[in-house]
Amino acid sequence: MSWFTKFLSSSIGQKVIMSLTGIFLMLFLVVHLIGNLQLLKDDGGEAFNTYAFFMTHNPLIKIISYSLYAFILWHAFQGIRLWRNNKTARGNARYAVSHTRPEERSARNMAWFGIVIFVFLILHLWQFWLQMKMGVLPPAEVEAYTHPVQNLYLPVIEAFHNPLYVLFYVICMVVVGLHLWHGFWSSFQTLGINHPRYTPLIKAIGYIYAVGISAGFAIIPIWIYFAN
Amino acid sequence: MKLNLKIWRQGGKFKGEFVTYQLPDVNPDMSFLEMLDVLNEQLVMQREEPVAFEHDCREGICGTCSLVIDGQAHGPMKGTTTCQVHMRHYHEGDTIVIEPFRAQAFPVLKDLVVDRSAFDRIIQAGGYVSVNTGQAQDANAIPIEKEQASHAFDAAACIGCGACVAACPNASAMLFTSAKISHLALLPQGQVEREKRVLSMIAQMDKEGFGKCSNVKACEAECPKEISVENIARMNREYLSAVFASDKAMA
Repeated sequence: MSWFTKFLSSSIGQKVIMSLTGIFLMLFLVVHLIGNLQLLKDDGGEAFNTYAFFMTHNPLIKIISYSLYAFILWHAFQGIRLWRNNKTARGNARYAVSHTRPEERSARNMAWFGIVIFVFLILHLWQFWLQMKMGVLPPAEVEAYTHPVQNLYLPVIEAFHNPLYVLFYVICMVVVGLHLWHGFWSSFQTLGINHPRYTPLIKAIGYIYAVGISAGFAIIPIWIYFAN
Repeated sequence: MKLNLKIWRQGGKFKGEFVTYQLPDVNPDMSFLEMLDVLNEQLVMQREEPVAFEHDCREGICGTCSLVIDGQAHGPMKGTTTCQVHMRHYHEGDTIVIEPFRAQAFPVLKDLVVDRSAFDRIIQAGGYVSVNTGQAQDANAIPIEKEQASHAFDAAACIGCGACVAACPNASAMLFTSAKISHLALLPQGQVEREKRVLSMIAQMDKEGFGKCSNVKACEAECPKEISVENIARMNREYLSAVFASDKAMA
């Protein structure tokens, strides 16, 4: 094995993969949220459809989006691998009495949250992304382009008329929030960034980030449900 | 005071099961291990096999005692080893569940005794200074700032008991290994072998089959010496810089 594959297969190397892919995904969530908040605009989807066309046709964003798919898969598979590995390390015999401090709950359930998020992602992509990719959406006229663009706004509004979808999305966003609650701070710790001077700040930003992302995404289906 | 003990028995006629014992008269001034001594006396009198458990200094400095007491390594008190837990923290009629440290890398030898030699092999991989650092010097002859020395001392307080592995949901040995790496990385004597040390100690730690830290911090909460997870971050930094910025071969 070369030094680099040795590093990637070491315990710290595997953690670093989780950390770096996680940081990339956390940055993506910010961009994704800012873009999606345009759904709240009362303009019949003008802004959102323009944005959706731009995001699917800009070559630079295409490169980033393909890396995003790769990083999601890498983060998920590496995470499952670590989880199984850690279960083996724990051994077959379980403690008869388990003692979990409340602050450890999100950290101890990262794998479960991750699995829920992965299932959510499959449904989410199938519901919106795939329809866009297959080009089966009705056309919409927008000011920014002379040609019609795909009306992604329509299936989103339709989906969130269903209260079950709204509930499902809100629950999944809570799970995303819990995953980030531990994930933000943890990704810095893994990279060795822990210092009395800035760790309290990293933790504070992490908690605000987790709540902000979770609430920001959850508000979209709720808003659409009640606005229409 | 009367106590019920649910103790893990393994080896001999026991296949690995909990056995319940009653102690009719426990003195609140007894230490936890003295209470187990009383149980064993009682068992010997009844011509039964005494419970095997490890102990040595009984003053919280050797790291020999272990036990998971009611789900917590070294019992319910913060910053104490099992030998420093006293029976005054328990009440009449309490049931105490006593288990061995559990991890794939710490196989149970008998009852509550586990094999922690994996830790010895991690130390053997590089937890020492082998270059000649000369005779023992005057206390102030080696220039090192107080804060640096204090951090090294905090890490060196690790007694290698294995509570971090027992407490960790992943059975990771990273708190232990990071304490040992930090202790030497922070001192002038540790500089020469600094990169080689972290590479070989991590490789050995991985080989022993410990899990990978997921920053749950249960280790820090249950460590009898209250070693901080800051050491794990330092170890990660040391490892990354040794892998990417040194000329030392990966172990």
